[in-house]
Amino acid sequence: MVQELVSWIAVTVLGLEPGSRFEQSLNFFITDGMTILVLLALMTFLMSLLRFYLPIEKLRNFLAKYNWWGADYLLAALFGAITPFCSCSSIPLFIGFLGAGIPLGVTFAFLITSPLINEVAVALMIGLFGWKITAIYVVAGLLMGIAGGYIISRLKMERFVAGFIQGKGQDGTAAEPARKISKAVVQLVAKEAWGIMKQVTPYVLAGVLIGAIIHGYVPRGLLEKYVGNDNVLAVPIAVALGVPSYASAHSVIPIIQPLVEKGVPLGTALAFMMATVGLSLPEALMLKKVIRWPLLLTFFGVVSVGISIIGYTVNAVW
Amino acid sequence: MKIKILGMGCPNCLQLEKNAREALQVLGIEAVIEKVTQVQEIIKYNVLQMPALVVDEQVCLSGRIADVEELTDLLKNKK
Repeated sequence: MVQELVSWIAVTVLGLEPGSRFEQSLNFFITDGMTILVLLALMTFLMSLLRFYLPIEKLRNFLAKYNWWGADYLLAALFGAITPFCSCSSIPLFIGFLGAGIPLGVTFAFLITSPLINEVAVALMIGLFGWKITAIYVVAGLLMGIAGGYIISRLKMERFVAGFIQGKGQDGTAAEPARKISKAVVQLVAKEAWGIMKQVTPYVLAGVLIGAIIHGYVPRGLLEKYVGNDNVLAVPIAVALGVPSYASAHSVIPIIQPLVEKGVPLGTALAFMMATVGLSLPEALMLKKVIRWPLLLTFFGVVSVGISIIGYTVNAVW
Repeated sequence: MKIKILGMGCPNCLQLEKNAREALQVLGIEAVIEKVTQVQEIIKYNVLQMPALVVDEQVCLSGRIADVEELTDLLKNKK
């Protein structure tokens, strides 16, 4: 509906030729850009509100206390999904969790989903791909966290964690008394959400701009030749390219969607996206300070394989 | 007043330091800002997310950037 309105304005007011590449690009940029920004504002606010009542110290204390016969992997994955991630937080988080007594595998479940699933990624995906694919992405990310964490725990690699962490027995930061909803809280959260929006919006718009250009100007089927389903190795190649890359969801997702339109298989595109967003060289360098090569390689290896499996599966069934 | 910014060099950490220096200027306080980047030192403060702001050995803020306004309020009350 918005798209038609924008089209009408482009053609009637600006005199652009309907269906022309420029008009298509502009339409994409404005329609999708607007949808995304609205979704982003909404999700950022809701998630900031959620995190106000569930600060990470509480999540850590909860994970340390209850292990729910293995459902703690699911919990850790869910907690990771709602927690924003910055590569430089991976170390203190890792240490803090282990120090509180949270098992290695459960900690990794958190570390896997945290960069993969966040409100920016979800808002962008809903805006560009729709609910169904977003749901697939979120479920795939959670499964990745649970499976990855579980596998790492079974491999019993605790000995590869740096010595200075083990048995540190950190005191948990005391949990604060329960916070109540109040107008002041909503205002505070709104302010924080606004701050996040201000920071993220330029990057999102840049991504949508590139996506708009791809949408308008890249001929359909061009990419299919190289990364279409004929190429059996497309998924692992996509993952191999994505893993070392350091880019956040808001840069990658707006570019991925038009590529899918132009013929890149959905599974391959999702695999690339998850590999780019979920793992990165900076994160590896950070973790290297606190875990040794065997564990680091296992972590990256397990996640890469998992993402590849997700890629192949989506390609096969979508 | 001794201020420490815990962070390992990512853009958020640098921004927090920048905002903190500006806040000090606004308040006209002379204080030392120390950047703590070594892992062993950082974990002593029990924070889970970076960047973090420590004032006189007390953790005031962690896991996000605070703007100059919030920092001036915070530091004003610490005097």
